[in-house]
Amino acid sequence: MSESPLIPILIVSTALFFIGMFGLFTRRNMITMLMAIELMLNSVNINFVAFNKYLFPDKLNGLFFTLFIIAIAAAEAAVAIAIIINLYRSHTSIDVEDASEMKF
Amino acid sequence: MSNYSYILLIPLLPLLTFLVLGIFGRKYFNTTAGFIGSASLLASTILSFIAAKQYFFVDGKLNGVYQKIIAFKYTWLSFSPNVSIDMGIIIDPISVMMLIVVTSVSLMVHVFSLGYMKGEERFATYYAFLSLFTFSMLGLILSVNIFQVYIFWELVGASSFLLIGYYFSKPSAVAAAKKAFIVTRFADLGFLIGILILGFYGGTLDIGLLIERLTATQSAEFINMTTASFLGASMLTWGLSLIFIGGAGKSAMFPLHIWLPDAMEGPTPVSALIHAATMVVAGVYLVARLFPIFSMDPSSLSLVTYIGAFSAFFAAVIACTQTDIKRVLAYSTMSQIGYMMFALGISKVGGEEGLGYMASLFHLFTHAFFKSLLFLGAGAVIHMVHSNEMKDMGGLRKLMPITHIAFLIACLAIAGIPPFAGFFSKEEILTAAFHSNKLIYGVALFTAALTSFYMFRLYFSIFWSKESTLQHHHGEGTWSMKLPLLILAACAVLAGFVPFSNFITSDGKALETHIDLIFSIAPVGLTLIAISIAAYLYKKENDKPSKLAAQFGILYQAAFKKFYVDELYLFITKKIIFPFIGHPIAWADKNIVDGFMLLLGKTTAKISFKIKGIQSGKVQNYTLYFFGGILILSILFIYTWK
Repeated sequence: MSESPLIPILIVSTALFFIGMFGLFTRRNMITMLMAIELMLNSVNINFVAFNKYLFPDKLNGLFFTLFIIAIAAAEAAVAIAIIINLYRSHTSIDVEDASEMKF
Repeated sequence: MSNYSYILLIPLLPLLTFLVLGIFGRKYFNTTAGFIGSASLLASTILSFIAAKQYFFVDGKLNGVYQKIIAFKYTWLSFSPNVSIDMGIIIDPISVMMLIVVTSVSLMVHVFSLGYMKGEERFATYYAFLSLFTFSMLGLILSVNIFQVYIFWELVGASSFLLIGYYFSKPSAVAAAKKAFIVTRFADLGFLIGILILGFYGGTLDIGLLIERLTATQSAEFINMTTASFLGASMLTWGLSLIFIGGAGKSAMFPLHIWLPDAMEGPTPVSALIHAATMVVAGVYLVARLFPIFSMDPSSLSLVTYIGAFSAFFAAVIACTQTDIKRVLAYSTMSQIGYMMFALGISKVGGEEGLGYMASLFHLFTHAFFKSLLFLGAGAVIHMVHSNEMKDMGGLRKLMPITHIAFLIACLAIAGIPPFAGFFSKEEILTAAFHSNKLIYGVALFTAALTSFYMFRLYFSIFWSKESTLQHHHGEGTWSMKLPLLILAACAVLAGFVPFSNFITSDGKALETHIDLIFSIAPVGLTLIAISIAAYLYKKENDKPSKLAAQFGILYQAAFKKFYVDELYLFITKKIIFPFIGHPIAWADKNIVDGFMLLLGKTTAKISFKIKGIQSGKVQNYTLYFFGGILILSILFIYTWK
């Protein structure tokens, strides 16, 4: 396995995932947070494709999963943007710090 | 076997009346309620007489023995294939006899109340309650299942409570209703436990089956029940004694009699119906219904005997000193029921030995008529003078001739002067007592003399004594009040001639009875002496009674205060039960049970107050918790759950 480029690919996807998580934690702007979530989703996609290609080359399960995730990510982005628009209408801001009424 | 299903109508008609009058009465029928109630009860009464004729004269007998016929049966609640609560109708000599008694006395009371309760604001409610009571009582006597008896038993208690407390604006009536309810409820607890014991060991709640199983000395149930024992008595004795306690509570036997005199706070016709003729004999009826089982157990029968005899004597002594005429009658009721009880207690099943059983029910039958007559007469008197106290009466014989005659007949009947009804039944009881227990016979004889003394004390104080001081009076009352008096007076004269022993005996066969003239000399002689003493003391107003009372001193005072039984009960409840049982339990409930629950609630509140900051409303905090949780779970899964 040392020959295969699987390890570098996994390192890239792990990096991508934690970058996404860091973005999700630190950014206050909801659109940036959405982008961070997309990063995390894509890191998962890379994992799927890589595992499919190097571990089970004669199967297509991983690729199909990836296609599904892309489709769901698109739908999720639509919903999230709708939420953001509504948030902007009610709070005139898309900063999550400004929308913290839902507490104790 | 012919069709008896129309008997179902007898209890259902009053129930229907109750529903109609109870729901719509005050709005639509407030003036006509009396006629509606009386008419529906008249129909019930006619049906009862038809049923009695059919049963006793046409098809009740099989080979000379009266049969038990189950006219209707419906399984209401089935616990297991064997144990179920059924609703049904049993036709046998005692239930048919009770049908006649309950419907006809109730009808008389309904008619009497037309005049007596006229102009009451809650006239319709009164008739609704009366109908409810009649329904419950009829249901009770027709029960096939011992649990059905219990259900109707409680209904009777509830409707009695409603009727005693009819004048609910009077505090004494409210207290009396409460007292009656609590005391009888207390006794019913015994009844319930008794039912459960019998049902557990007998394996059924059906009365017929229970009797069949527990009277066969070879049956497994009987052997189980007599061999199992608790605190030195067999379970059979326990079960029957507890059932008897229930009966004693309703029938006002010592020491559970305290509610009956107070129950006189209700309207007088109600007292005539419930507290003289029907509900209070429910205990006697219960013992008679289960008599075959009772007869298998001498110890519970002797309990019945001694409690009955003691109550008879005890109540007669108190009755001699009371001044409220209704209370005198209440104590006399208690005393007469004592008679019925001990007559059952000394009886056995079958033939001559079963004389007591027949005598007891015969006395129940005649007593219902003359006692309700006495109460209705007292009601007429109270209606006239607006007082219950003897001292406010006197010389009423000229003002109310019909009431006077009726009352006199009833007094003669209860005193046992031939040929009035009470003579025959009392004679049978005394004969039965004479043949089985001389001590009981002595007590009964002395009580009979006391009975006639206090009854004629009452009679002379009301109708003779001084001249009447009544200035303005409204006559003797309407015909609706006089007619029941006359009918009941006729019954009190004639009921004794019913050949009762042909119909109702312990084993269903006809029993030859005869009045032995020589035997009758002692009771009748004593009765006559007692009447003449009463006449000597009370016929003219004089100071002899008070002198006599002073001579008896303490004894008179004790009897006047009803032997302090009420005070004893109050002492026990207030000084012993409340501080030593009630208050500790209340403390435990307040501090331990409630305290535990409060502690749970307060702890939850405290903890949630401390940790509520976690829910900050900031999305990023939540994502942090979410990923933290995933991190912890991954560590757990990867390193510990290999």
